[in-house]
Amino acid sequence: MSFEPRILGFLCNWCSYTGADLAGTARMKYPPNMRGIRVMCSGRVDPGFIFDAFRNGADGVLICGCHPGDCHYAEGNYKCARRIPLTQRMLKDLGIDPKRLRLEWVSASEGQRFQEVVTEFTEQLRELGPLKLHDINFDPAHPDPESLEGVEHA
Amino acid sequence: MSKKITIKIDGKPVEVEAGSYLLAAIESLGIEVPAACRYPFLPPRPVCKLCSVEVSLSGGEAKIVESCSYECVEGMDVRTNTPAVLEARKKALANMVNRCAENNLLKDIAGQMGIADEIKFGKELCTCIYCKLCIRVCDELVGANALSFKKGKVKEEEGESTPIVLDESKCILCGACAEVCPTNHLRIEEEHDRKLVHHDMELGPNSAISLSFRQAVPNVPRIHAEDCIHFRLGGCRVCSEVCPKDCIHYDDQDVIEEFEVGTIITATGFQDFDPTPMKQYGYGKLPNVISALEFEKMNNAASPTNGRIVLEDGTEPRAIAILHCIGSRDENYHPYCSRVCCMYAAKFAHLVKEKTTAEVYQCYIDMRCFGKGYEEFYKRILDEGVTVIRGKAAEVIPARYHREEEGKLLVCVEDTLISKFREIPVDMVVLCTALEAHDNASEFGRKLNISTGADGWFIEAHPKLGPVSTTTDGVFLAGVCQSPKDIPDTVAQAGAAAAQAMKLMNVGEVQMDGAYAEIHQEFCSGCKICNGLCPYNAITFEEDKKVSYVNPALCKACGTCVAACPSGAIEARHFTDEQIYAQIEGILS
Repeated sequence: MSFEPRILGFLCNWCSYTGADLAGTARMKYPPNMRGIRVMCSGRVDPGFIFDAFRNGADGVLICGCHPGDCHYAEGNYKCARRIPLTQRMLKDLGIDPKRLRLEWVSASEGQRFQEVVTEFTEQLRELGPLKLHDINFDPAHPDPESLEGVEHA
Repeated sequence: MSKKITIKIDGKPVEVEAGSYLLAAIESLGIEVPAACRYPFLPPRPVCKLCSVEVSLSGGEAKIVESCSYECVEGMDVRTNTPAVLEARKKALANMVNRCAENNLLKDIAGQMGIADEIKFGKELCTCIYCKLCIRVCDELVGANALSFKKGKVKEEEGESTPIVLDESKCILCGACAEVCPTNHLRIEEEHDRKLVHHDMELGPNSAISLSFRQAVPNVPRIHAEDCIHFRLGGCRVCSEVCPKDCIHYDDQDVIEEFEVGTIITATGFQDFDPTPMKQYGYGKLPNVISALEFEKMNNAASPTNGRIVLEDGTEPRAIAILHCIGSRDENYHPYCSRVCCMYAAKFAHLVKEKTTAEVYQCYIDMRCFGKGYEEFYKRILDEGVTVIRGKAAEVIPARYHREEEGKLLVCVEDTLISKFREIPVDMVVLCTALEAHDNASEFGRKLNISTGADGWFIEAHPKLGPVSTTTDGVFLAGVCQSPKDIPDTVAQAGAAAAQAMKLMNVGEVQMDGAYAEIHQEFCSGCKICNGLCPYNAITFEEDKKVSYVNPALCKACGTCVAACPSGAIEARHFTDEQIYAQIEGILS
């Protein structure tokens, strides 16, 4: 049996959650690997949620917000867009491939795009394989080359 | 007020204003005075001398004057029908008649004076009577100074036909000269003597001040600055002179007014799809290929054709093809169905059958008669003898193969019900163009914070449960701006939108959502990071306590500040950290 990644999605209430809803009502098929959590805005996504998701065993985290300029709250998606690269850098330091965290813009009318994003991200994670976070025994204070064996090359 | 004076005209005393012209006083008595050089919006200048009358001042000697430009003086005695007057007029007429070709104006005047048999027109070919009205109107009223008299004689042997010289670089094509010319000597003509009807329809009544259409609301004329002589050259102002109520203000400017409202109903409608890019249908290139809206305008009783269905040359068509789905249900343009076209196409067919004897062909993909009574109407047009062909028209080409079809159009279509390719000769093609969203719909939507879908229509809050509201509180949708719909559906949606808006207004106060951010001030470090993040300026810093505070009435619960708070002091109600962490754990366990 092939590896089924577990993906946690944070979907903005106004665009992406509606877009996901549209994909559903339009009976579009996408992998069941992604589970969504509704937040009011992609700007609500605390980097802590992302780390917690990986700690709880997620293989990937997908954050979907409104297209630039379309944010229901004017600029929440810009705040998110600034946080995500920083979070990715931190993930790298923690030994997690930053590709496992993804930010995408999906509008309320883009059911099709939502389907494509989820399908593509699932495929990508399938190639990356399971995260195996608990195999990494990484102590930043005393980096031991041997303990880094499990660390993904990033 | 100017002084009133009394004068005598043909023995009758008349009270007039001092300094007014004599002609007006004479005409006020109902006495007809011939004239050939008069235009009410130019100051009078005696050129034709046909208005000559006899005047004697305070018992002095009688003399012949031109009444059009002679000012009234107290106690003057005017005679309009003495032999001397008639002689002067005859002489003036003979003067004009001698140097121009036969024309109706002078003939009529001669008839009016009872000397129709006595006049003899000159040998010249042109009908100019040298009244100078055209030149004066161009100089004094329009201000273009484009016309002048030719110096020297008109050399007819060299092909010259008019003494008027036109400076084409100055002419603005306003047509005023042709309008004032009493003998129709000057004319504005279309090149190649075109008799276009369809192309004129856009113009409507084509003066620079007009009603845009007869049922326009408000029903007042407007000045089209790009055509108006006054706005182009600063002259004219005739319309303000004739307006009895001083309604015409040339200085009026567009004014942007700002006012505060609590609810907004968006009913911006649609724009008509332009079929020009679909070269296969020849719109804009082939004659008699018109869009549905143009056909509808032509059918209007107030149209330039008075509601008659005619071809561009003014004749009645013998066959009309109505092509459905132009730009709709078309992957290259709009994939959606425009919903209204099938039924208006059926109405068009009915109108054609009612007004003409023409054959009607409908080329359709699917006949979508979805509403109440619609299917019955479709049956009715079938009974009226309309030919319906299931198949989208592929092409419209000029028919040149057979002589009897000359000038006609060929509609190429596959009749999918009999699997045959057909070429139908018709005189007119009506394109049922798609309804499409305004080009600037998304720009406008951004102003109201509502979004547009892939087709450009505004997105409703929920396709089933919130079809008139939007994601922005207090903004509602009505009509085609949300999606194509026909009139009953639009009326229904507009009623719903109005009711939704009134529901909010009736309450008089806004009910807050339970979700908003709250700062636990005992944890707030006063770092002010959140203050700058809030797009609604809902967060203020309380200087006395050195902590921040969220105004719940302003907060829209986006949660950006919650995610940013380094102390975790802000709680997003209904989306708390605990709730989300629990969800993460629940999903991944």
